Amino acid sequence: MNIRKIDASVITENVKKLFMEMNYFINSDILDALKAAQQSETSPIGKNVLGQLLENHKIAAAEEVPICQDTGMAVLFVEYGDRVVIENGCFEEAVQEGVRRAYIDGYLRKSIVTDPVFDRINTKDNTPAVIYTDIVHGDKIKILGGCKGFGSENMSAVKMLTPSAGPEGVKKFILDTVKYAGPNPCPPIVVGVGIGGTFEKAAMLAKKATLRRIDTHHSDERYAALEKELLEEINRMGFGPAGLGGVNTALGVNIETFPTHIAGMPVAVNICCHAARHKEIEI
Amino acid sequence: MKKIYLPLTDDIIKELHAGDSVLLSGSIITGRDAAHKRLFELMEQGKPLPVDIRGEVIYYVGPAPAKPGHAVGPAGPTSSYRMDKYTPALLDRGLKGMIGKGARNQDVIDSMIKNGVVYFAAIGGAAALISKSIKKIETLAYEDLGTEAIYRFYVEDFPAIVVIDSQGKSILVK
Repeated sequence: MNIRKIDASVITENVKKLFMEMNYFINSDILDALKAAQQSETSPIGKNVLGQLLENHKIAAAEEVPICQDTGMAVLFVEYGDRVVIENGCFEEAVQEGVRRAYIDGYLRKSIVTDPVFDRINTKDNTPAVIYTDIVHGDKIKILGGCKGFGSENMSAVKMLTPSAGPEGVKKFILDTVKYAGPNPCPPIVVGVGIGGTFEKAAMLAKKATLRRIDTHHSDERYAALEKELLEEINRMGFGPAGLGGVNTALGVNIETFPTHIAGMPVAVNICCHAARHKEIEI
Repeated sequence: MKKIYLPLTDDIIKELHAGDSVLLSGSIITGRDAAHKRLFELMEQGKPLPVDIRGEVIYYVGPAPAKPGHAVGPAGPTSSYRMDKYTPALLDRGLKGMIGKGARNQDVIDSMIKNGVVYFAAIGGAAALISKSIKKIETLAYEDLGTEAIYRFYVEDFPAIVVIDSQGKSILVK
């Protein structure tokens, strides 16, 4: 079996670049959705807000400055090929160093505090990042990164539904969560939904769903239809851009699913603002 | 688009109505979660505040670092509701305006009516665009908080929307 050696510095450099670029350059799916929303928006204030968001993306990309001052907590989903060996360091540390350098050298805001309840002292380099690693077969490392702002993160929720709740129960919980969030998470939002697994698996799936392009759909057509139906219902709520009224409250709804227990039907809703920043690389 | 020159006077505030788009020029102060907590605790202990907030407009923001040659990094609003717990005490102390994003609770709205205060929204996520209207910044207090310190921003034509006016009228969708 061939082993592939990767120097820790290569991981660090790639992670650094990943986080700087995702903070400056929005993906084309979001840009296209914002442009379409600007066309369809009926509220004059809403249309104006969407125009400002599009202008903001132009400035951020041209000047290579963050799209939003909340450059988030760094989250990485890693698929680590089982034939890769890291030289001159370890994988975890190399990733954290990449995040550290992106936030310091890239003029990104440092938003992470040491202890959640008592100390709350800023770590000054935006570490630690949250890293989920799956070991897969192969000799490559795939990293899906996101920087998650907390205005929208705070509006997210998990619920342990039981099987009798059915599709209607799932729908109701998702819509209730979005309705409760209202104008706070910087609409038009991206709604990430995780269904199945265990308590924490559902939440991880929901996070992963926010890191999926909104011009993609669930592979099972029943869930794809649910994504579409939820998007339409959310846009009928009337919150609109910035919560100041209008027909564009969400840009997309992405659902991710996983097998679950005979007794359960966990559902997690991870809300993301319109600046849904994520990027993937393969090393 | 109304041009407003700061500081806000009672006469200016009376003429601001929910739904008005405005451009603010002059100086504002900043403060978010950690600074609010400190100010509130000082007031509870009857101690003086490090910043005179009377007549000021406070912007809920934690800016990103400035690139060389820029006055400030991207600086859009943070969610206002997290400041609700501390806000009525600050309004009683003479704060006249707030800039943030999203909803406020009824205690804040009641206190706004009582004290004649206006709440503006800046556009959440338009941080790079907004930073163009911030010409100069100074640190006023709590430098140890980094991005959460209290700064003074000198602004020119800072774009905002009156979302809750001093009569308590709101354009936020519930």
